Amino acid sequence: MSTVLKAQHVTKYFYDPEKFQVLKDITFEVRKGEFLSIVGKSGCGKSTLLYLLSTMDTDYEGDIEMAGVTLKGRNQDFLSHFRNEHLGFVFQFHFLLPEFTTLQNVMLPGLKLGKYSEKEVEERAMEKLRLIGMTEHARKPASKLSGGQQQRVAIARALINEPTIIMGDEPTGNLDKANTENVFEIFHELADKGQTIIAVTHDPDFAAGTDRIIEMSDGSIISEHKNS
Amino acid sequence: MNIRIAAQIAQTHLLAKKRQTLVAMLGVTFGIAMFITMISFMQGVNQFLEDSALDASPHVRIYNEVNTQRPSLIEQLNPGDFNVVYHQKPKDELARLKNGLAIAQRIEKEPGVLGVSPQVATQVFYNNGPIQLSGTISGVDIERENRLYNLASRLKSGSINALRTNPDGLIMGSTLARKLNVRTGDKVTITTPGGGTRILRVVGTFGFGVGTVDNTKSYANLSTVQEILQKDPSYITDIHLKMFDPLRAIPFGKKLRAEYGYYTEDWATANQAILAGEQIRNMLTYVVSITLLVVAGFGIYNIMNMTVVNKIKDIAILKATGFDGKDIVAIFLLQAAFIGLSGGLLGLGIGFGLSYLLSITPFEAGDFLSIRTFPVIFSSTYYVMGLVFGIVTTVLAGYFPSRKAAQVDPVSILRG
Repeated sequence: MSTVLKAQHVTKYFYDPEKFQVLKDITFEVRKGEFLSIVGKSGCGKSTLLYLLSTMDTDYEGDIEMAGVTLKGRNQDFLSHFRNEHLGFVFQFHFLLPEFTTLQNVMLPGLKLGKYSEKEVEERAMEKLRLIGMTEHARKPASKLSGGQQQRVAIARALINEPTIIMGDEPTGNLDKANTENVFEIFHELADKGQTIIAVTHDPDFAAGTDRIIEMSDGSIISEHKNS
Repeated sequence: MNIRIAAQIAQTHLLAKKRQTLVAMLGVTFGIAMFITMISFMQGVNQFLEDSALDASPHVRIYNEVNTQRPSLIEQLNPGDFNVVYHQKPKDELARLKNGLAIAQRIEKEPGVLGVSPQVATQVFYNNGPIQLSGTISGVDIERENRLYNLASRLKSGSINALRTNPDGLIMGSTLARKLNVRTGDKVTITTPGGGTRILRVVGTFGFGVGTVDNTKSYANLSTVQEILQKDPSYITDIHLKMFDPLRAIPFGKKLRAEYGYYTEDWATANQAILAGEQIRNMLTYVVSITLLVVAGFGIYNIMNMTVVNKIKDIAILKATGFDGKDIVAIFLLQAAFIGLSGGLLGLGIGFGLSYLLSITPFEAGDFLSIRTFPVIFSSTYYVMGLVFGIVTTVLAGYFPSRKAAQVDPVSILRG
């Protein structure tokens, strides 16, 4: 399988309140179709690493290459477009736009990409909602959904542009057990279909269900192992 | 940048906070409505005053200024020496324009001239029984004078023709007639500074709505006044002329002065007080209107800032899903522009309504001004100006919060 993400010697400092090295020479690769989890204690730098990979944080040393594109030193507009096309996000605190309906939330990144007409984007969005079992809530305002439902919609939104990689920052961190299982189930189905997923988590059960686990401590990768 | 999605998001934001949108809109509405009302009214007043001044005064007046200052003979012979002359009398000089009638005929042929009226003007006393009032009398060719000042429409009683048929006729200012207690058909004795007297019959009264004219002035036939002054039929003291375009009168007056060597006075010089008042009112209008719009602008700035702060999570999520800075600016700028446009249009409507109400409000101005309601001008220029002002202020007020929104760092928000 081909490599979709390559991080080489990634190092990052925080400067406030004083200079502090968060990430120390991180090097790893992710292959297409892999379901990868990054684990570690709070403050080990795993979320920081994810936001560097997400292209939203550009202040680092080293190189990140994704889908064959070097991301170091690109301007914000390029990175926005890159995120739109290649990345899907699922955050810990669902983060839907509350004034919009479920369907509109899913459609927005698709409309932004502008690859398909509005009608096609809507059909695709409905298809993604069907995948996560939320079609009956499509016309509801996002603010009327429960936490677990919102997180599932966020996954549908992440999928709308058929991204190269889906990134999750504690995607189940804020959910109860039933919803956690539900979300995990969806991630697994996606991984089975060949979707590359990188998730940061401190839930050992979640990590155990992924293809590969990278464990971090104090800004370095301390171990890496594959689940069978 | 995709303007359609930006517009869709902007619309959703505006509709989600209807009351806030309405308050921001009303700020602009109020500013623009006041702007429209004030400028329509002020310009109406300006126009009215200018019109009444222009109606009652010539665009250019040509006259001969009798100069009493003249050097003595000894001064002329030994300039700069120690000369002492006591009690030198002024030279007896006539205020006449030499060849006045010929000059008038030539000016009349110049392009752009509406009409020329050569006349004899002199100060007189009006006597009716014990009442003595000072004033002026102008001997005119009433046809020509009518062409310049549209006298026929200014008549309160009598007729223009009556003056033509009656050599001893007099058309008198309405206020003056009232003070003298005379009406059309009554007789008035006039006395010139030179001592000549004559009894004239009032055949009409006029009112320009300008106090200084209605209070003092009368019209008589040119030949009659020449007779009272015991002058020959070519004796002319003033030439009044009007142009089709009042603004052209100012350079034209200077040209005439150079050509004929007599003094000329244009309407702008003669009515400096009115023009100065006009400038002050214009300034006042713009200052007040712009202040109102700036206040409305700050209101919008505040509301947009609040919206950006409230929507900071949404902005972060939009950026994370691939919307760039320009999209975010567009989203918030469109909201500001919508508020500006809709508030502005509403303001234009209300402004029109207020100016209309003002234009039908009765206004009793007495004898001095000939109006019955407040003067208001309805001109599309002011409405276009108001709308442009409104949109520019709101877009400026919206731009800074939008730029702030575009600079939101999604990482710091999303990490919580």
